[in-house]
Amino acid sequence: MSTLVETPSPPTARAVGARRSARVAGLVAALLALGVVSVASLAVGARPLPIGDVWGGLTDPASPAYTLVHDMRLPRTALGVLAGICLGLGGAVMQALTRNPIADPGLLGINAGASAAVVTAISVLGVTSFLGFVWFSFAGAGIVAVLLYAIGGGRGATPARLALAGSALSAALFSYVNAVMLLDTAALDRMRFWTVGSLAAGDPAIVARVAPFVGLGLLLALGVARPLNAMAMGDDAARGLGANPRRTRVVAIAAITLLCGAATAACGPIVFVGLMVPHLVRVLTGPDLRWLLPYCAVLAPVILLVADITGRVVARPSELQVGIVTVVLGGPFFLYFVRRRRMERS
Amino acid sequence: MSVLRAGDLSVRFRPRALTVGAACLAVAAALAVVAIGSGDFPLTPAQVVEILLGGGAPSDAFIVKELRLPRVVTGLAVGAALGLGGAVFQSLVRNPLGSPDILGFTQGASSGVLVTIVVFGGGGAAVAFGAIGGGIVTGLVIMALTGRHGLHGQRLILIGIGIAAILTGVNGYLLTQAQIIDAARAFLWLAGSLNGRGWSDVVPLLIALALIVPFLVLAAARPMRMLEMGDDAAQGLGIGVERVRMGVLVAAVLAIALAAAAAGPVNFVALVAPQLARRLTRAPGPNLVPSMLMGAALLMAADLIGQRAFAGTQLPVGVVTGLIGGGYLVWLLVTERKSGRI
Repeated sequence: MSTLVETPSPPTARAVGARRSARVAGLVAALLALGVVSVASLAVGARPLPIGDVWGGLTDPASPAYTLVHDMRLPRTALGVLAGICLGLGGAVMQALTRNPIADPGLLGINAGASAAVVTAISVLGVTSFLGFVWFSFAGAGIVAVLLYAIGGGRGATPARLALAGSALSAALFSYVNAVMLLDTAALDRMRFWTVGSLAAGDPAIVARVAPFVGLGLLLALGVARPLNAMAMGDDAARGLGANPRRTRVVAIAAITLLCGAATAACGPIVFVGLMVPHLVRVLTGPDLRWLLPYCAVLAPVILLVADITGRVVARPSELQVGIVTVVLGGPFFLYFVRRRRMERS
Repeated sequence: MSVLRAGDLSVRFRPRALTVGAACLAVAAALAVVAIGSGDFPLTPAQVVEILLGGGAPSDAFIVKELRLPRVVTGLAVGAALGLGGAVFQSLVRNPLGSPDILGFTQGASSGVLVTIVVFGGGGAAVAFGAIGGGIVTGLVIMALTGRHGLHGQRLILIGIGIAAILTGVNGYLLTQAQIIDAARAFLWLAGSLNGRGWSDVVPLLIALALIVPFLVLAAARPMRMLEMGDDAAQGLGIGVERVRMGVLVAAVLAIALAAAAAGPVNFVALVAPQLARRLTRAPGPNLVPSMLMGAALLMAADLIGQRAFAGTQLPVGVVTGLIGGGYLVWLLVTERKSGRI
């Protein structure tokens, strides 16, 4: 090998511009994909609709498909989009904040915290309204996010430590959820579907309630992209670059709490979407969070909706819950990732 | 280390380990007597002991021997199997966190049992075979995935956590596919419970323990202690590394799977019992017998708590161990970080 090292010439303004327009084009393509998948989600199901009927069902109250589309498929699709945004962004922000490649809201027990709080609210405090238990979901998610950060060792956490802290918290919290469910048998039949993660309970009121929280979480997450970029190089470098590490961390944890809490309140714990999507997106965009986060926010709903549609198609006439499909799709991805990476010395 | 000699025979033992083992045994026995005596028809410990030794009124003897003894024996045997299996795993993996519930074996056995209950509608012996099949398949998958990097390191733990997560999803799916009656039964089983256990549930486990315990304690304990020094050192000392590892692993998987078949996936006993035993005995090596007795004592204690904590309702023992064990794991992570081991 020659000792001459080819130094990369600094990118010209033209090259930067070309890359930016490629990224914008990619984002537009991703949005188009989301549109296509959403239409498919409206059309596919126990009673398949042709595309023309979908349009009629959306716009024309006299159409025979109007009730089906408006009362069942539309809320379900909207819920899928919102939950996808939450999980993809939540996972990406967690991975950036902990500088850890295996962070995922489901795997690390954030969703378990939200579940435990929701189950408490339903069973012990007798909360029945959705608005009531969405607050509990946020509280649970937030408490676990902070605990996890503390137990996992904050910035110095290795992947294994963080995963273990997450599985310890999940185990304890799900034991608690089980205990409450066993003591309250009437709730078991409803909750056994909720605890696997399902979009089927989509209800326009739920969508409307969750949307503002998701919007706020989205804004916080996108706003914190630039300082999180700086923190990738360490707190000192970040401070030198004008970022405020403490404030960034607080905002990032708030965003994670809002996103994961909203997702769990709306459709139960869904694992692996938050892990998978940021890694797939990183191949497309590179590590720059200013691009990574918007891509995640668009592509995660695509993957979640595809999983949901798959669940509707493969087990006709019944359905597979989306949480199960994502585990079956995402689990092997996780294993592949763990095997490929040199984790031993990290 | 002390040595007991009688003519040509000699036995080495550690007085401290012996004391710890005896204490665990005494605690487990005392808890068992209390558990047998408590319930809607209370008996004093003296009465219980008298009946167990063959005396007492026939009506009391029926309650003790047919209704309450199977549950207590199941608890003791499951605790012992989990403690033993956990000690073997932690020794082989050379990591205090390498317990079968973290590596996904318990979940694998659960999947096997759920398939048996939900898909084939089986019970009794079929459940035991389902658990063994699930445990062994999980083991093969984990070995295939870790590949040449071997059964240690962080990679193994991450792979185990991934497998456990996948299997949890599969179990959830099986649960939603069941009729509500089957689902309630399977759900109760999944929570890990000793309620309503009869002799037919515990007999397969007792037979397996009768075979596994002598094998591990008499034949495998010494090679395992050498394996902990590393593969090369063990090879140099004349140990057939792969042969010992496979044999010991199969024995441990059998113990764990049959324990799961008898009582459902009881979390964390396999993690906690060997840790506590090791801390108390302060002995190197796998500490098989103290871990086993510690497991039995822990499980009996957890079951008593589950029975007594809420008046009118009984919590499954797995819920109690999950709550306590999860907390213990968190504590372990915090303290081990201070000592810099993880």
